[in-house]
Amino acid sequence: MAETLDQAFVLLKQWLVDRFPADLQPLLSAFLSAAAIVGVFAGLFAFTTWLERKGLARIQNRLGPNRVGPYGLFQPIADGLKMLTKEDIVPRSADQLVHFLAPIMKVVPVLLAYAVIPVGRNMVATDLEAGLLFFLAVGSATELAVFMAGWGSHNKYSLLGAMRAIAQLISYEIPLVFAALGVVLVAGSLSLPAIVDSQAGYDWGGLARWHVFTPWGLAGFGLFMIAATAKTARSPFDLPEGESEIIAGHMVEYSGFKYALFYLGEYLSLFAISGVGITLFLGGWREPFSWLAWMPSYVWFGLKLLACIVGFIWLRGTMPRLRADQLMNFAWKFMFPMTLVTVVAAAAWHLSAGWNFTGAGLWRWALDAAVILIPYRLLGARHLAPRTYRFAD
Amino acid sequence: MDAAFLIAAGLTLAAAVAAMSLRNLIHCALCLVVTFFGVAALFLLLGAEFVSFAQVMVYVGAIAILIVFATLLTRSAGVTGEPLAFQPWLVGLGIAGLVVGAIVTSVAGSGLLPTESSRIVAAAPSTRELGEQLMSTYVLPLEVVGLLLTAALIGAAVLGLREPKPSTPPPKP
Repeated sequence: MAETLDQAFVLLKQWLVDRFPADLQPLLSAFLSAAAIVGVFAGLFAFTTWLERKGLARIQNRLGPNRVGPYGLFQPIADGLKMLTKEDIVPRSADQLVHFLAPIMKVVPVLLAYAVIPVGRNMVATDLEAGLLFFLAVGSATELAVFMAGWGSHNKYSLLGAMRAIAQLISYEIPLVFAALGVVLVAGSLSLPAIVDSQAGYDWGGLARWHVFTPWGLAGFGLFMIAATAKTARSPFDLPEGESEIIAGHMVEYSGFKYALFYLGEYLSLFAISGVGITLFLGGWREPFSWLAWMPSYVWFGLKLLACIVGFIWLRGTMPRLRADQLMNFAWKFMFPMTLVTVVAAAAWHLSAGWNFTGAGLWRWALDAAVILIPYRLLGARHLAPRTYRFAD
Repeated sequence: MDAAFLIAAGLTLAAAVAAMSLRNLIHCALCLVVTFFGVAALFLLLGAEFVSFAQVMVYVGAIAILIVFATLLTRSAGVTGEPLAFQPWLVGLGIAGLVVGAIVTSVAGSGLLPTESSRIVAAAPSTRELGEQLMSTYVLPLEVVGLLLTAALIGAAVLGLREPKPSTPPPKP
């Protein structure tokens, strides 16, 4: 029974595909996977906008949306209708084609990225051998969308905003890749389903063998999520949008549904990058304890994704925005060296896997934690001192 | 020839021609991006997954951005009104011919081209094999390239660090 429930969507798709002639089946199978991805994650986008507004309101002691439907639940529909009926303004001097293509360029690569994320047991659209690299490659294509939006608008401020945004995106792409590298090193594969499989099994009476429960994995997960926050331009790294300073950066000349498309792209990339973080460090669709194995795999993936989203909303509600120089210093002087350290720690963990003497597990842990913590103290020590203010005394 | 190859090759060639002939430099750069995508698609059709994704990541994610940044930082807006001078096209054709000739002769002479018998057997190397080869047989070239890139990175940082001295000292905190 649990087995059937776990594979419900896989079986449903198989049943649907079998209804059709054989030469149509590969096409239909691909179409069904793509339709499911677009439907589910666009729906999650609508739900997240509601959750975010409610969550931020709670943090700021407000009520949040409460007029449209029970608890304001239909607010996303109202927002969508508003965006659809708004006038689509294109500046006369804008580069019409580039201005038009930029929002599409933002959304399409993000949707492509979902093709390699396993959302459940046997539930991945395409199991590419270099899946992680595919995800990173399509992720780097969104920088181009930011540039196209900024340059195509023919507006000095949007161009400056775009250049600022691209500088941030490129700077944080490097820690993102290096944080993921440790997992590839230990799992020995770039394929995301294979990485999930590398985290199978249980330690210490039922705790899953996720990478996040190792010293290098914990550090890597933290660094990956920080880099992901910056890569998706979420608060406290939302300088590209910066509504109080540069109003919307590269999106300043966009209105109506094109503007909504930018938001859709931003949230979809947030889900995608969280999904990859879950796959790399949090065991993908695997359950945290052996006695919870009866729950379907996609439920676990969904719960973890929801937890990540709530974490991002919480961060947004409680953290002030960084300054541009702080952002760059943090990326190059802290994030980048620390991710290199986690790669070394992952290698140490991988090499010490064969240790076989009394207390080997404990020694392995202590050594790996030391590899992480000593550089962390050296790099982060000057930030732990009381702050000195240059202008605000 | 199958349709996928024709589409990818046609797109690559058309975008390359557009990248050479358009007036607006930014448009040229964006067309070059389409070319990069087309080349990545060709790699994918040949079964070289890793090379294809690396192509997108390096060329679209980094090189294209570098090109547009360089264009924007060196010219006023990347728009040149005057048409290209007529003379250089012969020189350009000569250089392009030399490059093509060098590549064709070196590839033809390398003995790596598939023959009729090997075409059936030769499967594309997996990403794992690629990585193992890079770390064992080709480790020295890899290290040399890494050293070169590191030197370039440090050099760029040093060049970027050189600031003009401020005429007035900054206010004391």
